[in-house]
Amino acid sequence: MRESVIMKIHYGTALAAVALVAVHVLFRLTQNFAESLEYESVIANYQFLPYAGMLEIILILLSIHGFNGLRVILIELKQGRSFEKSVTYGCIGAMALVILYGSRTIFLTSMGMT
Amino acid sequence: MAAQSTQISKPTSIPASKYVTLRISKFNPKKESSPKFIDFKVPYQKWTTVLDAILHVKQNLDHSIGVRYSCRQASCGSCGMKINGRPALACFTKIIELNSDVITVEPMNNFPIIRDLVVGFERMFSTHKKIKPYIIREDSEITPGTKEFLQTPEEVEKYIQFSNCIKCGLCNSVCPTMATDSSFVGPQALAQAYRYIADTRDKGKKDRLKIIDDSHGIWRCHFAGSCSQVCPKGVDPAMGIQLLRGYLLGFRS
Repeated sequence: MRESVIMKIHYGTALAAVALVAVHVLFRLTQNFAESLEYESVIANYQFLPYAGMLEIILILLSIHGFNGLRVILIELKQGRSFEKSVTYGCIGAMALVILYGSRTIFLTSMGMT
Repeated sequence: MAAQSTQISKPTSIPASKYVTLRISKFNPKKESSPKFIDFKVPYQKWTTVLDAILHVKQNLDHSIGVRYSCRQASCGSCGMKINGRPALACFTKIIELNSDVITVEPMNNFPIIRDLVVGFERMFSTHKKIKPYIIREDSEITPGTKEFLQTPEEVEKYIQFSNCIKCGLCNSVCPTMATDSSFVGPQALAQAYRYIADTRDKGKKDRLKIIDDSHGIWRCHFAGSCSQVCPKGVDPAMGIQLLRGYLLGFRS
């Protein structure tokens, strides 16, 4: 994949994540802060499907953006073909793991399996 | 007539010299493990440049000082070095404007040191060549049936400042990405890529964008802007890089 395509995805995920995290923060304002962190409130968020979907999208956006950022930092620190390949595949693997684990949490909680 | 000849023969008075301490970094990587500084007391006038002072040392005090220079008028880009911690052309920096009793001269950062103040330009010249710094097109002005490729003043305005680059390497020496990323193209080459891409006579945009759209290409610039701060010719590589990104992101065509 060309670097410009990767960077378009990087900037796009950043913008989309900012917008969705703003929605997420605004939802906290519907009740007072301490109340919003109570166990029942958190579970209720997950069980409200559109909200759980939004959390899933935030998870994917932040994972893509964060792990690409990490890749960029690492390839600037050290160069070399094998190092860059391992950084790229390492970051893709770590990103996939984070998304899978986070999705599992969101999925199980929204299904009521807590 | 007699009065005129009196005027001509009258010597111009030269103000008495002041002295400044010139601290020169001496280092031969083939023989020594680390650089050391040597101080020299050098006389100066209000017109004395740092290069004049170095040449005074070389001529009168220490012949072994390694320094590269040529035109002495900020045209050749040979005498780039760190003067009191800031990269500048030695021939274009007057001692008086530094406002300091001690002037430290060191080789530029981000370049391999050959000896003392002389650095190797191989990496910069190879990245410069890599971006194809020439007009690319099938026809030419000397092909029969064609005529001079004319441009409007507005078209020239888009790239003219970037064609002032003298390849002195000051921009590359202050770039924070160049310091860590040994494969980074660098602000000098990127500014030159913009210079040719923005030229309406050129047809090599696609080729050059492909070259700089690499994992160690244009996207590794963090827009620190130091390159534009130190350019002795008024080139703004940081702006050129942002304009190039516009082409790659689809904001410019």
